[in-house]
Amino acid sequence: MALVEIRDVHKSFGSVEVLKGITLDVEKGDIVTIIGRSGSGKSTLLRCINALETIDRGEIRIEGERIAADMPNLRQLRQRVGIVFQAFNLFPHLTVERNITLAPVLTGKVPKEKARDLALDVLARVGLADKIDAWPEQLSGGQQQRVAIARCLAMSPHLMLFDEVTSALDPELVGEVLKVMEDMARQGMTMILVTHEMGFARTVATKLVFMHQGRVWEQGNPAELFADPKTPELKNFISSVK
Amino acid sequence: MTLNFSQLWRYEDLLAQGTLMTLLLTVIAAGAGTLIGVGGAVLVRGGPRPVRWAIRGYIEVIRNTPALIQLFIIFFVLPSLGLRLPPFEAAAVALSIYFGAYAIEIIRAGLDAIPRAQLEAGQCLGLTRWQVFRHIVLLPALRTIYPAFTSQFVLLLLGTSLASQVSAEELFHVGGFIESRTFRSFEVYAVICAIYFALVMAFKLAFAGLERLIFRWPMRR
Repeated sequence: MALVEIRDVHKSFGSVEVLKGITLDVEKGDIVTIIGRSGSGKSTLLRCINALETIDRGEIRIEGERIAADMPNLRQLRQRVGIVFQAFNLFPHLTVERNITLAPVLTGKVPKEKARDLALDVLARVGLADKIDAWPEQLSGGQQQRVAIARCLAMSPHLMLFDEVTSALDPELVGEVLKVMEDMARQGMTMILVTHEMGFARTVATKLVFMHQGRVWEQGNPAELFADPKTPELKNFISSVK
Repeated sequence: MTLNFSQLWRYEDLLAQGTLMTLLLTVIAAGAGTLIGVGGAVLVRGGPRPVRWAIRGYIEVIRNTPALIQLFIIFFVLPSLGLRLPPFEAAAVALSIYFGAYAIEIIRAGLDAIPRAQLEAGQCLGLTRWQVFRHIVLLPALRTIYPAFTSQFVLLLLGTSLASQVSAEELFHVGGFIESRTFRSFEVYAVICAIYFALVMAFKLAFAGLERLIFRWPMRR
């Protein structure tokens, strides 16, 4: 059984059909990168996996459990599926420590007295243990994004979703975030990324998915797809982002 | 004109009592009005359509008519419908309703100012709606509305003087009484004015201190 099973998923916003029958499997330990032009439905698919968007038709299962916005244990499921956003979405009124420990403490994952240790542990994994008492506003974009990743890691997720997490960063800050994600990949975390970082997609991902016009246009081994794209759309896309 | 404040000292206790009543009226109206504001703001953003319309109607009527007339309706008109309130209670109810209408708009604006992405980030961490509101929305929303809310509080404090028109024995009413006994109009109203000014400044200082205490996180400039 795949960790994530996506079957014939359709999603429309008003009269615009954004996802037109997506089918995709993600196995445990997979690093799946989703690439494609703006408006191809990549981010919407990611949001559907976490039930931030309700699908119109089809089915998404995570660890065998069918995802729906009205499912009774949606909160428990979301605790197993971390998502990192393009705009970081750290809570500005909480220190780095509180950003990280808020959910683990409130959901009973960790007792309050152990929370700081947990924060230090996950911050060390993203190289920011010295920023535990900082406010988000005092951090660079790259540091904020690494804290956002640490915040997800603190929930010990089984799956991590990344929605264009380097797009809002200055070029010189992209590397530090990618390095953290590479480390996570090496440690066996299952990850689905929407990204424009072709280097990451080529070298770290275990599976590449090219989306076009709301469909999975091509998918397979990244090295093979980059070397020999089957469709002119992927060929054009690869040459346009080089 | 010769100024003579000495006659006013005889009414020291009365002035203190009037000041206390003004404070009490302000605190009651602000407290009840804030409750109306929180409930109204939540309902106006997510309640059933008829309730949203009713709240919008309440806000428009209260904000676009004189507060004095609202007070007169409660004090003079309601008795004909069988509801008779003493002056202080009538003033407290009228000012609560008045403050509530403004509070709804202020609080609604504060809640609207929280980016949707913040709520989603909380949901994605597996928090309940209440936990998201309590730990993610509340403080930043409060910070957003703080200047407008405290200004409205000051306007309310000054507006309690309307209660004198139905003989509620607050500061301004006490001033009128002392003036009628001493005929020292300038001195009486100068002292009343100074007390209002001192009260407002004291609240402003307290609000500024509270602001520094509660909202400690740095803001993007």
